[in-house]
Amino acid sequence: MAQRTIITPENNDANYWRDLWNYRGLFYFLAWRDILVRYKQTFIGVAWSVLRPALTIAVFWFVGWMFNIPDEGVPRILLVTAATLPWQFFSAAFSESANSLISNSNLLTKVYFPRMIVPASTIIVCLIDFAITFGILVLVMIALQFSPGWQIALLPLFLLLAIVTAMGSGLLIAALNVKYRDFRYLIPFIVQFGLYISPVAFSSNSIYNSEKLPEWIKFVYSLNPMVGVIDGFRWCITGGQIVLNERAFFISVVISILLLITGIKVFRNTEKTFADII
Amino acid sequence: MIKVEHLTKEYVLRHQAQGYTALRDVITEKAKGIFGNKPKNTETFKALSDVNFEIKQGERVGIIGRNGAGKSTLLKVLSRIVSPTQGRITLDGRVSSLLEVGTGFHPELSGRENIFLNGAILGMSKHEIKNRFDEIVEFSEVEKFLDTPVKRYSSGMYVRLAFAVAAHLEPEILIVDEVLAVGDAQFQKKCIGKMKDVSGSGRTVLFVSHNMGAINSLCDRGILLNRGSVDFDGTAQGAVERYLIRMNQQEGSDELAMRTDRTGNGRFRFTSVSMKDQQNKHLEEVFSGGYLKLEFGFEAVEDLDLSKMIFSVVFNDDFQNPAMAFVSDEMNSDFSALKRGGTLVLEIPELLLRGNNYSLSLFASYADTSADAVCDSISNASSVNVLPSDFYLSGKTTRTGYYGISKATYSA
Repeated sequence: MAQRTIITPENNDANYWRDLWNYRGLFYFLAWRDILVRYKQTFIGVAWSVLRPALTIAVFWFVGWMFNIPDEGVPRILLVTAATLPWQFFSAAFSESANSLISNSNLLTKVYFPRMIVPASTIIVCLIDFAITFGILVLVMIALQFSPGWQIALLPLFLLLAIVTAMGSGLLIAALNVKYRDFRYLIPFIVQFGLYISPVAFSSNSIYNSEKLPEWIKFVYSLNPMVGVIDGFRWCITGGQIVLNERAFFISVVISILLLITGIKVFRNTEKTFADII
Repeated sequence: MIKVEHLTKEYVLRHQAQGYTALRDVITEKAKGIFGNKPKNTETFKALSDVNFEIKQGERVGIIGRNGAGKSTLLKVLSRIVSPTQGRITLDGRVSSLLEVGTGFHPELSGRENIFLNGAILGMSKHEIKNRFDEIVEFSEVEKFLDTPVKRYSSGMYVRLAFAVAAHLEPEILIVDEVLAVGDAQFQKKCIGKMKDVSGSGRTVLFVSHNMGAINSLCDRGILLNRGSVDFDGTAQGAVERYLIRMNQQEGSDELAMRTDRTGNGRFRFTSVSMKDQQNKHLEEVFSGGYLKLEFGFEAVEDLDLSKMIFSVVFNDDFQNPAMAFVSDEMNSDFSALKRGGTLVLEIPELLLRGNNYSLSLFASYADTSADAVCDSISNASSVNVLPSDFYLSGKTTRTGYYGISKATYSA
């Protein structure tokens, strides 16, 4: 029963991870709160979560059809849905977690808990939206009478990669956002810019197989961790019909993991000053 | 057990217009640094400096001190919300801190939902909250509104619900900051009762308050902080007495003039308070039934006709309920016609109050007491410590209390 806590100016890592485990209840409650609050006093409630991805998919599908973007022989709607699924998750998880510390500043200045709980719990909320969009994907597949291959079983792994990417970048920006408030303006920009450089409206293979583009551009393109995530999703969902560029995918995975490690490090180093400067 | 060794907390004060740091500024400052002219616009401020104490299990410790003495910083460091600059703290046992009532309450959520959320924020497990749910609801007296969003609650209901959750925490160390300053008198009494129960069960309690009565009745040890250091560490009674002496020492200075927690149009402002005896010597305490002269320094923005002013000096109890009031327009007052500044004197030949610590609130208005006419209104302007005395010359000292006393005899 007698648990001993020692407070010194230095970080205490052993205590931190133990506390993170002890406070798992709070993690769950914060996620629960965000979900509850989201649908209170809304007119169509849960319908928003369906409408948003559905409209996004419709627009990308239309744009792709209009400009004749190569579809590699896969039904275009499937291609677009498979990319919207991880992209929407990432953009929501990243921007919510990056802003989470600021929007919970009243908690940060009044109670102790491992601060990582706040950005982490927002990601859980985004997983709910992911599940809803996934439902749309299933409907699309049924409508197209498209049966996926064994590759679909690997989808959780790619979802994990998407979580790692969102968590890493979210933690990094959340910590910096407390200290330098100009990051607040950077968040929507990153999300918007990310959409242009990630293969949501087009496919990665049209980049990798292009003869016009020099090698170094292809390399820089593959540094975007979301490229790996989206390509992975497409590969899983289309049963391997969309070929996965293994080298580029490997680069994206390495970048995602590095991002998570950096995010945790930066977050841990600035965490103890949050309450002082927020 | 709590052991605090050489605890220091420094804050860096930035002298800049903006409330937050922008990356842009950091870059420009760094750039300036390269070219030799380092901007020296920061200053460090020691909120706590070299604080040492040890608290044993089951002790109830009151932490007192003036505003800015470092009480809240100390609690924040002990609660691990902010990290110390130097020093070391050892805490044995589960710590719960209550620095604000209703932390994390979400206005859109119902009372029921907020109980769970707030409980989790304060460190209770879901299981613990479920077990105590009925008790919490009963204590809060909001059964009927459990499923109403708390944004529709009255402020009293809100506070009751929030305190009820906090009161049912069962940590080994409880840290409480000034939460009793909310709610009506009756609920405050209930809270103090609950706090007594909590501390009676062998738990360590650290309690910050400006309510000296609560400190006296709740705590068995007092720590007085002054400008970030421990000024006194001993019995609660001793700390309270020392605190009152300190408070009185600061009177006559322009302390009151600097206060910003006042209302009124400012045409007339109280600037100082001091207590004198018949020989015009400074008083620190007054006996029940004794002579007291209160002198209030004031300043006005223009020459004021003091005979049109209405002054009121109120002695309040612990809960800010008036125990005695002196209102100038119902008394015989002698004011010189026009004044821009000076001293207002209230002479009380016999202070017919029982022994206790009273706080003074001051009020001044021009011509009438309508809201526009109020020039200055300030509560807790000062405190008056009344000591029990042998008022009836019966050989026994009178009992203490927050009510009046008067010459009288019994016979049968």
